[in-house]
Amino acid sequence: MLEIKNLHAEVDGNKILRGIDLTVRPGEVHAIMGPNGSGKSTLSYVLAGKEDYEITEGSISYNGVDWSELGADERAAAGMFLAFQYPIEIPGVATMTFLKTALNAQRKARGEDEISTPDFMKLVREKSKELKVTPDMLKRPLNVGFSGGEKKRAEILQMSLLEPTLCVLDETDSGLDIDALRIVSEGVNQLRSPERSMIVITHYQRLLDHIVPDVVHVLSKGKIVKTGGKELALELEKNGYADYVDEEAA
Amino acid sequence: MDAKLASGGISSLENDGRATWARVEYPKIDFEDLHYYAAPKNTEGPKSLDEVDPELLETYKKLGIPLSEQEILAGVAPENRVAVDAVFDSVSVATTFKEELAKAGVIFCPISEAVREHPELVQKYLGSVVPVSDNFYATLNSAVFSDGSFVYVPPGVRCPMELSTYFRINEKNTGQFERTLIIADKGSYVSYLEGCTAPQRDENQLHAAVVELVALEDAEIKYSTVQNWYPGDSEGKGGIYNFVTKRGDCREKNSKISWTQVETGSAITWKYPSCILRGDNSQGEFYSIAISNGHQQIDSGTKMIHLGKNTASRIISKGISAGVSQNTYRGQVSAHRKASNARNFTQCDSLLIGDKCGAHTVPYIESKNSSAVFEHEATTSKISDDQMFYCQARGLDEEEAVALIVNGFVRDVIQQLPMEFAVEAQKLISISLEGSVG
Amino acid sequence: MNAPAKIQETKAEQSLNAQFDATLAQTTQDNANQRKQAWDAFKAKGIPHRRVEEWHYTDLRTKMTDAFALASKTSPKADALTGAGGLETYRIAIVNGRYVPELSSNQALAGLTVTEAEGFLAAQLGTDDAMAHLNQALVQGGITIKIDADATIEAPIEIVRYTDGTEVSSYAGTSVEIGSGAKALIIESFEGDAEAAYQSNALTEVKVGDKANIHWLKLQVESEKAQHIETLSIELGAETNFQHFIYNEGSALSRAQLFLEFKGEGTHAGLRGTCLLKDSQHADITLFVNHAVPECESREYYRAVVDDKARAVFQGKIIVEPGAQKTDGQMMIKSLLLSDTAEINAKPELEIFADDVQCAHGSTTGDIDEDLLFYLMARGIPEAQARKILVLAFLSEAIEEFEEERSVELLEAMTRKWLHADEMVSE
Repeated sequence: MLEIKNLHAEVDGNKILRGIDLTVRPGEVHAIMGPNGSGKSTLSYVLAGKEDYEITEGSISYNGVDWSELGADERAAAGMFLAFQYPIEIPGVATMTFLKTALNAQRKARGEDEISTPDFMKLVREKSKELKVTPDMLKRPLNVGFSGGEKKRAEILQMSLLEPTLCVLDETDSGLDIDALRIVSEGVNQLRSPERSMIVITHYQRLLDHIVPDVVHVLSKGKIVKTGGKELALELEKNGYADYVDEEAA
Repeated sequence: MDAKLASGGISSLENDGRATWARVEYPKIDFEDLHYYAAPKNTEGPKSLDEVDPELLETYKKLGIPLSEQEILAGVAPENRVAVDAVFDSVSVATTFKEELAKAGVIFCPISEAVREHPELVQKYLGSVVPVSDNFYATLNSAVFSDGSFVYVPPGVRCPMELSTYFRINEKNTGQFERTLIIADKGSYVSYLEGCTAPQRDENQLHAAVVELVALEDAEIKYSTVQNWYPGDSEGKGGIYNFVTKRGDCREKNSKISWTQVETGSAITWKYPSCILRGDNSQGEFYSIAISNGHQQIDSGTKMIHLGKNTASRIISKGISAGVSQNTYRGQVSAHRKASNARNFTQCDSLLIGDKCGAHTVPYIESKNSSAVFEHEATTSKISDDQMFYCQARGLDEEEAVALIVNGFVRDVIQQLPMEFAVEAQKLISISLEGSVG
Repeated sequence: MNAPAKIQETKAEQSLNAQFDATLAQTTQDNANQRKQAWDAFKAKGIPHRRVEEWHYTDLRTKMTDAFALASKTSPKADALTGAGGLETYRIAIVNGRYVPELSSNQALAGLTVTEAEGFLAAQLGTDDAMAHLNQALVQGGITIKIDADATIEAPIEIVRYTDGTEVSSYAGTSVEIGSGAKALIIESFEGDAEAAYQSNALTEVKVGDKANIHWLKLQVESEKAQHIETLSIELGAETNFQHFIYNEGSALSRAQLFLEFKGEGTHAGLRGTCLLKDSQHADITLFVNHAVPECESREYYRAVVDDKARAVFQGKIIVEPGAQKTDGQMMIKSLLLSDTAEINAKPELEIFADDVQCAHGSTTGDIDEDLLFYLMARGIPEAQARKILVLAFLSEAIEEFEEERSVELLEAMTRKWLHADEMVSE
């Protein structure tokens, strides 16, 4: 279970998160929606443990363990997975090598055995087929020369290989056309399980037609200003964020 | 770069002070034969603008810089006013708008006057950025300099108008050795323009100026130059040797110095306006357009010395070579041990017009700090036939097409110039490339 | 302001004087004249120092405190030589500047002739460099390698240059003549007694005909106390493909200077390399690429990883001569500084005298990209391992561009070993 309490965070001295409280239980899918600049991506980086993102107040704990002192790699080993909004290109690192290295690093951290190469190859082949990740993509350096849609599919492939228990999807829908959105959403939905928590960060409601959330939160100026069921997303789609932004201003 | 850049000081200069590394060739200068200081012909000095040689006024008019206050007030909106200090053959002959500047506390006067009226400022800052022994030409300047401009902007003051010095070398066989000192005190801002011209002479004239800028905490100095000294005739005879030492010191934190230059004139140009980024978070910028045509030789660039933390510099250099000219960008970017998070971005683009000229790029990149990130890019290209054809198909003649394309090539730099100079600079570019195609 | 004072002779220069006199005494008259000429050319300049623009960042005069005695003829055990590791090669062994047949492959190879050079090699240098002249004055021996026109040599030709002994110096001269249409891989290693302090100065002249396809891999794995200077002069014919790679790992001080000239049109040359530096190593790669004829393409891509107090120097000059239209020259220098006491100096130059050309150069220096590191760590890879992956990736990019499978494999293995990344990075 993820528990975020009164979380305040800043980047380069700019206060971005101003007191977030959020609890996500196993099996739940929470959507976080909000206008640009509300702190959505910051929240995802703070959860994943990016260095420049400083927690100034409050806490994050996962399954009872305080995360404030854990590095990004330790959080990943504990089950955290961030699907990046802009997956970074790493020239010189073959995608396959990267996948295997990451998988084994996590296994090792959890005290498990390393996966054998044949098993690994089989696993990747299966998973990549579902997500329409071509063998050609796997041969290329990580994310290099991938289209926007290919990058997002590769992120979900990583997610399904690494089998995290806490998935944070940061604007996974941005830059996707309808077909790609469907493929990615199906991939995500297959990973929904009673043991797994998900946080889906998005600006638009359309992703939530495919990945139906249990709870929807509205984030504005670094705070959750409203929480509701999936109907809240539809309401936002109709009325926009103006109500929340104005409320905040007034 | 001055002499230090490549070879560690004066010793790199041979007897007559020429650097062995600069890509310029010129006959040995006979310093005995040169008049270090030439007062304008009218030995009394003009008492008002009415007495100034009409030829000079005409030059001003051409440059679009009005010299008389009435003229300025009649025609120009107040925010576009320019205060001008005119230096002819090393002597300051007219400074406009002094009173109004004085109201804001800004001191703008000939340096000879500053020595008398503000000795404490002159003593404190003169020679503090460019030491007397810095390089041969700086030493020569220190020994013989006669006049120049002095600017002091007090703390928190945003200088209410553009300041400008206009230089002209008139006398035959003259060296002009003016010295400029600009001090921007804490939290102040000043934009300064410098224009240079010289009439045609068969013999070479020497311009060996020294410019020192000092920016204190949170202060900003913007220094722009449009240099159109006489480049010599079509045979390469005559013209100005332009050997100038320009250096800015971002002495305290959050200060900023920005150099913008449009170099179209001179037979030989050898100048490297530099920034010493001493204060933490200080910024240095260098924007340059260097155009060489005919027999001109340009070896110019900058030097960004990152000493403080989080210092940033940006270099955009556009070189255009035509005729049988040689055009070299030479620049140094260095990060010292303590310059954590220093950043530099350098873009040097060269455009060649014709196959008899040369374009050269010589960067020196030196980093002693792992958190410093330096990026350097350079490209060389020519005006493509497709571009020319397109323009001509739209009715432009060859020269117009070249001017249009070149102006597009240098746009990033032109945009950095104050409005008053931007238009003039574009005109100059077109004029200096006349006859380069065909 | 005064003329530079006449520089006093250093201890090293004084030692060289004596060594040259001794060398001359043992030389035949023919060779003596040539050696004298070279010596005079060296003496006119002396050991290069920082005021010599080409040596600005490598002050050899200060760093070369003495000139070690000329190494004598020795014959080390065969297993002392590493060369190209486990590859099946045609080996040419040069020890202390001299060809050693008993350590070399002795079967004949069709299309290849190796001849021991008689003392002096009258190399037609594309340079007036002092240290190249010094090599010619003191050269101890060397070989001439000839590859016949249209010959395809399958096995890598391995030139092992070994300096045997401590506080000695070796001067090797090599002339390589490659016929038109020939195809070969040359792997050249520079090595010596582990932990021995010695000086090696090699001069190699390469002439390649038309339509040849040559890959040349240089492995600089000299002892960590060695001083290594190599001058390589290359002339390329028309429509040839010449790919050169420097793997620079050894030596306390190293300087590789390459002088390449295009003599025929339609030729491609790739000059690449990686520098892996730690402790207080100083490595200098200096290039002069002269596009003397039209329609040639050159790529100069080098990468350096610099740790501890090491210093990497890269100077590269692309010259496009008048009339060399349609030249395409691209130079890129990338450096990673892994410590706050490491240093990088880069000077990528363009000197262009023709208008219809495409030339560009670029340079980046900095630390490992924090965003890349975060991405890897967010996938569960521990920081130390993630850093190694990124350093390896950075170097691999340059290695792969060499596009010669056997070399790429060898280089990647050597790079991993240097990084201690064997177990850390999964295949």
